[in-house]
Formats: sequence, C-alpha cells, structure tokens
Amino acid sequence: MPSETESGSVTAGKSATAEPMISLSNVHKSFGDTEVIKGISFDVAKGDVVCIIGPSGSGKSTLLRCINALVPIDGGSIRVEGQEVHDANLDRLALRKKVGMVFQQYNLFPHKNALDNLMMAPIKVLRQDKKEVRERALKLLEKVRLSGKEDAYPGELSGGQQQRVAIARALAMNPDIMLFDEVTAALDPETVKEVLLTIRELAEEGMTCILVTHEMGFAREIADHMYLTDRGVIVEHGPPAEFFDNPKDERTRSFLGQIL
Amino acid sequence: MLAQISQWFIWLNQTTGINLTIVYDSYDRGRMIDGFLNTIYLSLICLVISVIIGVIGAWLQRSSLKWTRRLVQGYIQLFRNTPPLVQLYFFYFAIGSLMPKIENKYGIMQPILSNWDWAIISLSFFAGAFNVEIFRSGIEAVPKATVEAAESLGFNRLQVYLYVVLPLAFRVCLPALSNNLVNLVKTTSLAYAIAVPEMLYVANQIWSDNLNVPEMMTFLLFAYVFLVGILVWAMNRLERRLQLPGYGG
Ligand SMILES: Nc1ncnc2c1ncn2[C@@H]1O[C@H](COP(=O)(O)OP(=O)(O)OP(=O)(O)O)[C@@H](O)[C@H]1O
Ligand SMILES: [Mg+2]
Repeated sequence: MPSETESGSVTAGKSATAEPMISLSNVHKSFGDTEVIKGISFDVAKGDVVCIIGPSGSGKSTLLRCINALVPIDGGSIRVEGQEVHDANLDRLALRKKVGMVFQQYNLFPHKNALDNLMMAPIKVLRQDKKEVRERALKLLEKVRLSGKEDAYPGELSGGQQQRVAIARALAMNPDIMLFDEVTAALDPETVKEVLLTIRELAEEGMTCILVTHEMGFAREIADHMYLTDRGVIVEHGPPAEFFDNPKDERTRSFLGQIL
Repeated sequence: MLAQISQWFIWLNQTTGINLTIVYDSYDRGRMIDGFLNTIYLSLICLVISVIIGVIGAWLQRSSLKWTRRLVQGYIQLFRNTPPLVQLYFFYFAIGSLMPKIENKYGIMQPILSNWDWAIISLSFFAGAFNVEIFRSGIEAVPKATVEAAESLGFNRLQVYLYVVLPLAFRVCLPALSNNLVNLVKTTSLAYAIAVPEMLYVANQIWSDNLNVPEMMTFLLFAYVFLVGILVWAMNRLERRLQLPGYGG
C-alpha cells in the first residue's frame, strides 16, 4: 500500500526542470474540526494540463479555491509563479489576475449581458481602457463561438453558452493559469462537447490548466498528468495512459471502475 | 375657467355648507400648495437618506468587527421597536435642547438645527432602520457562488458589494422597500407635531380659520392616497425596468 500522504513534491509533465508555474507542498486545510485536505503536494509546469479526479467530497473544489486564495490554507505552501499564496501580505489582485477560475454553476453576473460580464472586471478591477476591453471581449466571445450573443443576459443563454461566457470572462483578464471546477457537470451531454472543445483549444494554445472533471475520456486525451484524490490526499498520479490502464492503487481501480 | 371653478365652490359652500376654501380662497390655496410641496419635499429627502442609511447599514452589518455589527443591530432594534412620534420628540426636544445655539442674521439666538432638520433626521433614521433589514434580506438572497466568482476576478470587498451584491439584492428587496417607503410617506405627517408646515399642519391651520374640519380631513385622505399612489406606480415601473430576462421567477 502506498502511504497516505505524499512526501516531497511531484513534478508533472514536459518541462520538469524549469521553475513550476504552480507548486503545492504539504497543503493542509480544515473546515472547523474536519480536515478536508491532508497534505497535498504537486507541481504544475508552464503549459501543462493537469486533471484531478476523485470521489465527491474528497476536497477537489477546496484545493482549487486554495490556489487562488478564495479560502485560506492552514498549513504548507502554495506558490503561483514563485509568489507564496499563503502570505498575509499577498497581493490578491495580482494573483487573481494571473489565475482564472471557472465554476460548475457558471456563476455569471445575472444583471449584466454577456459582453458586460466579460468587460466588468478588466474595467473595474484592472482599470483598463473601455474601448480596448470591448474589442478584446468581442474577440473572446468569437473565440468561444458566441458572436451575436453579446446582448443576451445569462438567463437567456443555455447552460453550455453560459459556461462558455464564463470561460471567456475569465480569459478577459489575460490569466496565465486557468482552473476549471467540474465545468461540464451541470450540462446536458450535447452541450458538454462545445465546452470541452473550448477548453481543448485553450490547452492546445499552451494555457496552463488544472481541471477537476468527471469526463474521463476527455481527461485521458487532454491531460499531461492525472491525479486521484480521496479524502484529502493524493492516492495516485501519473501520465494518463499509465494512470488509466495500469492503476496501482486499489482505490483508483475501484473509483475508475465506478465511473467508466 | 379657474374663476368658474372658484364660483362653483363658493356656491357649493353657500348651498350645502361644504366649505373648501383651498379651492376658491387664494390665500388658503397658496398655503395648501406649500404644505403639499413640503410633504413631497420631506418625503423625497427622507426617502433618499433612508435608502443611503440602508445601504451603508447593511454593509456595516457584514463587518468583521463585532462592535460595528452590534452598533448597527442596536440602532435597528431601537428604531424599529419605538413609536416614530416618540423618536421625533426625542430628537427635537431631548437632543435638540442639548445642541448649541447660534446667532441668526437678526441677532437672535436660535438652535443650530431647525424643526425641519430634526424631522428629516428623525424620519430618515426611522425608515433607514427598516431599510437596513430589508437590504440585508436582499443581500442574503444573493448566491455565495456569484460573490465567489466576482472575488476570483479580482474584485475587492467593496467592489463586490457595489457592482454585484447590491444590484442583485436591490432587485430582490424592491417590493419590501416599496412598502417601507410608502410607510415613510405616511409617517411624514408626524412632522406636524414639531410644527413643520407639511400638509397636515397646514390643514390644521386652515380648519382653525374656517372651521371646516370634515372637508379638510377628507381632502387630506385623498391627497395622501394620491401621493402614495404615485410612489407605488413609480416603484412598480422601476421593478419592471430592472427585471432580468430569465432570472429569479
Ligand atoms: N465552506 C465550507 N465550510 C465547511 N465545509 C466545507 C466548506 N467547503 C467544503 N466543505 C467540506 O469540505 C469537503 C470537501 O469539499 P469539496 O467541495 O472540496 O469536495 P469536492 O471534491 O469538490 O466534491 P464534489 O465532487 O462533490 O464537488 C466536503 O466534506 C465539504 O462538505
Ligand atoms: Mg467540487
């Protein structure tokens, strides 16, 4: 049996020698008395796509939230482009500019149309020029194949369309890293494809991505490195071929058995 | 035309005894128009201030400082659980008497704050206490996930409140806000008690001069129905304008 907690850090993917884009080491997180993350360590290199799978409640969403400081951690360290996230003097704005996040429930601003959803943060937060932001936003909507929907409110868009607006909204901040938290889980099978296509294009352009997903086929195709979390620890990790075809841990086998 | 209407009301008085001096007597008419406008002015200014109090109070209520939250809670309890007339007297007679006096342009010493000022302060605080609670309930209805999404885009706490939470909360609490503002308009009549020349006060002066109490009372009722009607109409229009396609029922 492998030990419960991984020690040291595991470097994933192609450029193992360069400074990692994201580096987690021995991260701990509790909500009240329950420890949700119990010592997780891994590195993500620039341009890599990392997929995290695992049973419900194993702490996947919490882990993503920790990476862009939406929740504080209780121990260990998270570094994003060399900057310690778990630092009292953290420049939150600088971090969140670097890290884009997309959620399961889209979480668009319901009182703003699609275009304004994209434009709001660059204008209000980054104080960029409105005209320039507008041009960029229109291009991004085109990129996610939503040209013509600029004026539509979130309530007037399908789930898949909303999710693509949400992706474009995160991209409007020009992030270096994208976090996807089960972004297709709330969609019907038809619209899942369009969202996955958008993510695939991003990955191919070299965006550093961490995806939490239940889409095993997609993960297998797109990931440079796979992780399985269970009850707050990484149970198994490796390149997708090995991870899926030859899992070493019993828990991985039973989890994959349930899902596939 | 105006002369004919005046004639008719004079005739009405002579034949039936229904004496509406505010129509045919230019002095009374002028007084009543002033009173009417004063009521509108008092209502509008208190409306604006009380909404501002509501917005700021609801923000402070989410403060991480325990004493700030307690202070806001204390304010709400005090103003929600005491009669507005007692509040008005408290401000005007208790606090007003403690305020320093200043010399006016005729060289007479007078209080810094007039009865007008105290009516505005008191009524705004009264309606504001309810507005804090109303906005709070609206804020609680804003999904945490939407707030989190805004945070992940780099919005700070104040920006999240101003650009995301408030616009959504406002839509949720418009019906309750509307009720409270109607209540505020009606409550402005209490300013009568400290001699602010609003409609009720003026009506009182007029019926003292003409002994036409039933006529003036009836007129007052209709005047308030009219004012409240306009407010309700405006709030409904606002509600419809802010309605979001495909969002929240
Ligand atoms: N804000 C919070 N307060 C208290 N407990 C929380 C909070 N957020 C998450 N938890 C708990 O932490 C645990 C891990 O939650 P998390 O959402 O990270 O799991 P997950 O792996 O994303 O699950 P799922 O696949 O269902 O999304 C759960 O038991 C959850 O109840
Ligand atoms: Mg989750």
